Amino acid sequence: MDFQVVVLAGGFSKTLVPLVSKEVPKALLPVANRPVLSYVLELLEQNDLKNAIVVVEGESAALLISSWISSTFVDRLDVEVTAVPEDVGTAGALRAIDHRLTAKDILVVSGDLVSEIPPGAVAAAHRRHDAVVTAMLCSVPVSGPSDSGSSGAKDKAKKAGRYNIVGLDPTKQFLLHIAAGAEVDKDIRVQKSILRAVGQMEIRADLMDAHMYAFKRSVLQDVLNQKETFQSLRREVLPYLVRTQLRSELLLNGAQSEENGNGKDALQNSKILLSQLLANASTPSFHEIYALGPAGSAPILRKTHKCCVYIANKSKYCARLNSIQAFSDINRDVIGDANHLCGYTFSAQNNIIHPSAVIGSKTTVGPQCMLGEGSQMGDKCSVKKSVIGRHCRIGSNVKIVNSVVMNHVTISDGCSIQGSIICSNVQLQERAVLKDCQVGAGFVVTAGSEHKGESLAKKEKQ
Amino acid sequence: MVAKKGNRGGVGGEDAEEELTRVPLQAILLADSFATLFRPITLERPKVLLPLVNAPMIDYTLAWLESAGVEEVFVFCCAHSKQVIDYLENSKWFGQPNFSVTTIESYNATSAGDALRLIYERHVIRGDFILVTGDTVSNMSLTQALKEHKERRRKDSNAVMTMVIKQSKPSPITRQSRLGTEELFMAIDPNTKQLLYYEDKADTLKGTVSLDKALLIDNSSISLHNDKQDCYIDICCPEVLSLFTDNFLTISTYVVTFQGLLVDDIMGYKIFTQEIHSSYAARIDNYRSYDTVSKDIIQRWTYPLVPDVQFFGNCVTKLERQGTYRASDIGLSRSAKIGPFTVIGSGTTIGNYTEVSNSVIGEGCIIGSNVSIDGCYIWDKVTIEDGCKLKHAIVCDGVIMKSGAVLEAGVVLSFKVIIGQQFGVPAYSKVSLFQQPVKQDSDEELEYADNSSGNIEIASISNTPEKLEEDLTELSDSQIQAASEVGNGGAGFIWSISNEDGNTLPPSGELEPGSVNDSDEDVRDDFAHFEKEVEATFLRAVTKTSKKTMLSYNLTSSDCAGALFYGMMKLALDTPHGSSGELVKNVASVIAKWKKLLKYYLPSLDEEIEVILKFEEMCLESTKEYSSLFVQVLHLLYDKDILQEDAILNWASEKEEADESDKLFLKQAEKFIQWLNEASEEE
Repeated sequence: MDFQVVVLAGGFSKTLVPLVSKEVPKALLPVANRPVLSYVLELLEQNDLKNAIVVVEGESAALLISSWISSTFVDRLDVEVTAVPEDVGTAGALRAIDHRLTAKDILVVSGDLVSEIPPGAVAAAHRRHDAVVTAMLCSVPVSGPSDSGSSGAKDKAKKAGRYNIVGLDPTKQFLLHIAAGAEVDKDIRVQKSILRAVGQMEIRADLMDAHMYAFKRSVLQDVLNQKETFQSLRREVLPYLVRTQLRSELLLNGAQSEENGNGKDALQNSKILLSQLLANASTPSFHEIYALGPAGSAPILRKTHKCCVYIANKSKYCARLNSIQAFSDINRDVIGDANHLCGYTFSAQNNIIHPSAVIGSKTTVGPQCMLGEGSQMGDKCSVKKSVIGRHCRIGSNVKIVNSVVMNHVTISDGCSIQGSIICSNVQLQERAVLKDCQVGAGFVVTAGSEHKGESLAKKEKQ
Repeated sequence: MVAKKGNRGGVGGEDAEEELTRVPLQAILLADSFATLFRPITLERPKVLLPLVNAPMIDYTLAWLESAGVEEVFVFCCAHSKQVIDYLENSKWFGQPNFSVTTIESYNATSAGDALRLIYERHVIRGDFILVTGDTVSNMSLTQALKEHKERRRKDSNAVMTMVIKQSKPSPITRQSRLGTEELFMAIDPNTKQLLYYEDKADTLKGTVSLDKALLIDNSSISLHNDKQDCYIDICCPEVLSLFTDNFLTISTYVVTFQGLLVDDIMGYKIFTQEIHSSYAARIDNYRSYDTVSKDIIQRWTYPLVPDVQFFGNCVTKLERQGTYRASDIGLSRSAKIGPFTVIGSGTTIGNYTEVSNSVIGEGCIIGSNVSIDGCYIWDKVTIEDGCKLKHAIVCDGVIMKSGAVLEAGVVLSFKVIIGQQFGVPAYSKVSLFQQPVKQDSDEELEYADNSSGNIEIASISNTPEKLEEDLTELSDSQIQAASEVGNGGAGFIWSISNEDGNTLPPSGELEPGSVNDSDEDVRDDFAHFEKEVEATFLRAVTKTSKKTMLSYNLTSSDCAGALFYGMMKLALDTPHGSSGELVKNVASVIAKWKKLLKYYLPSLDEEIEVILKFEEMCLESTKEYSSLFVQVLHLLYDKDILQEDAILNWASEKEEADESDKLFLKQAEKFIQWLNEASEEE
């Protein structure tokens, strides 16, 4: 497969403070005790895509990631880690590695994707229609701490987040309209020219751009070079391509011999298409019909390009770790409903307790829990639906529910942790009570203190 | 009329409970399209009586209604009502068992809205009814649509209407559908089939369809359609009628009334769609659809409404090879060639070596030798002398074409026109014995002229048929000599081609592929969108205020300013807001947006005072929400330089003399005015 894979691993995302720190860039945040980036890389490995460029924002993050990858994926994947300046955006990152892109098609994957959808399916959809871009869309995840076991009514009450407004053709193969970012909350404005060409468009608000794209390389490079202001693939490049699909300004430079060939025998081509149409043998896509121009007039071949979509099956898991909420959601799901993703084998109690972990008497670790290597727990503790990292020391009478505890965390006796995220090297003194909190790395929560819905972190030493 | 009385008596006898269980299915048939697309023909005969494959259009509609199980039809007549009533009274439709036809006459209705209001006032509609125009040809079964309509209605009392739609993709060149109607953009909820958006007469400059974001809150998916056509068959609840009495609608076309309903979602009424797939439904509202539907009838898409099935008092017509229909008693020369898909009415004679194809020829026509007729619609008692050539033309009753006359494509000859020898009528021209009415500014006014006073010629027509005859003879006598416009010995005036013509292509500008698809489309979209919105807001505002000025349209700029301001404030109010503070914010944003436009209508102090007065009035009457915010908004207007301080001070002094009750807002604004006074003194 002539696909080149680019993994956009980001840097130290600001939205994920205090979870990220100088030591832990976004790509290395643990999901079920392994960095989130490993999920993407393993997905690629499973699909036999063994060459990838991992683009990281910032040199220091790049160093951390590359050392992790070289230790973990040695002999498994041929990964190059490239640092780009911070805050260049996704489009900027691709622009920076422009010279490295050589294959016919480029598969761009976000490093924070936790999914089981094979990239091959996206690539196939892309190739089938010779599209310039194919985006993967997945159902909007139900956010919030409720697991899917709860009643549907509860899910309904929780307004599903809205990420994109997407327009599809009746066959659900082509992307006709996309609104992302701030546009989602505005009125929907659909181009009539596209609607005219296709006749019918389905507008959906329950789909999310999963940030896995297949691009035609020449087109991607053209766009990045021509539109220097574009920063984001999701918010600018993709909408631009969708918007201009019937009046393509691309490919005019004749970057591709194939396209040139098309141009030469345009007349003949259109005749063939027309006869196909008349024979009703196969139905060409509306792009092709539109490109022919109105029937009866001289066949001016209009430049069009196709934007395709691959809509992931609802039953497949697909989520992006792009917010604190998503972080706890994904940790919960990977241990719970989507546990085939994490790659561990579960015990009979439907949980994972590392053999080297020590558990005191009368301590219960419920289903959908994980206890990492070398962690110790005192007596009479209770753990429910939580992930506990490596080498944590947990005292007695500790209650941990719906939480994520990273590595080397010390939790003293009598603490209660609910719906919270505790980063590495945090120390919780006696009887600390945390509810819906995020505690940054190395923070010390004083004895007996109670916090609710707070974000606790050490002052960054500048 | 007998039928009507009988029916009423029957209903009166039954008690209410029984009526609930069984309400006869009723239909309102509008025998006036409130449009002028069929002029000049419709100056002399109402559209519903124009023959469509040798039978008046209204017969098709009535036959369909009867077959669909409708029991009572109210025919609303407006233009040429006398002719319609006369026709119906002499037709077999009166006195049918289980099918009563009642006529309702009006002289001053100018829109479908008016018509429905009038019908509402009569209190004749008791249950769900079918709303159609008298130019509808259909063979669809209403059972399914009615069932679904009733089911929806049971669940949701706001589901007041079901609209029938059909697949039809407009041509990419003309942006018109096969029936010659403008392209139509609709948004439909794919699950409930609720109609969420409706845009016809689309602004071609505007490159986008703009859907309200609120639409997606309830539905996670919406279908946008450009490939459907409105069949203009609607199943309505009685509430729809009352809607028109509440909302003051003056916009004259039939469709816009529905748009009005959609826009007016304050009441929460919902319109649903019902798509038909295999059955036929079309409305004839321009020459192109006349042609298309005629062909469909000949090709039997409308079965059983086809010429050889006697659904009305037509004489025996037989279907022959190649889709040719021939009446029994025609005089056809042996050497004449009758091509495919042709209908020839009874009593018509056709001379030697004449060729006819794809055409409809009415009753009692005399067609000479060596005539070539292709794709034409020739009505009754037409005389075509030897050697004429006709191509894609409509020729009305009593026309005489002298020998050798030629009709180019798209010609329409109205009643009793005489075309001189060897005269060639240029393509797409319309010829009538009447002169073209003086061109007026808008279509709307043209219609007013038609329906009320206006043009004397036209007014005289609507009187009586006898008078009409007189007029005609008079006219033709006086004009035969003078009318050189249509050749030697001809009679008639050639109307200049206006853009109402359904057959002409849109201006060539639209055909250039690049013109709509410029790269700066978005920028232009924004602007066009802006303009459109202003127009819509303004229009809405004008319609409301014109309630008082009664369509005088002599609005001064102060009226405009007042109306526009009203629209703006209404807009701000309609934007969702929680508290009065948010409302003020809304007002601020609306004002910021429309400031320039409003300013344009405020050339002097008088207009500004008008705005204040208008606002005061609003606070008192329509939008009481603002009354507590009067000063705040006033201050805002002052801050934004919309009102000068002089205007506010003038208003204050003007109000000083007013009644005590009138001073409510003056008192509220006292401090502000004082502050203004001081500020001006300081300067």
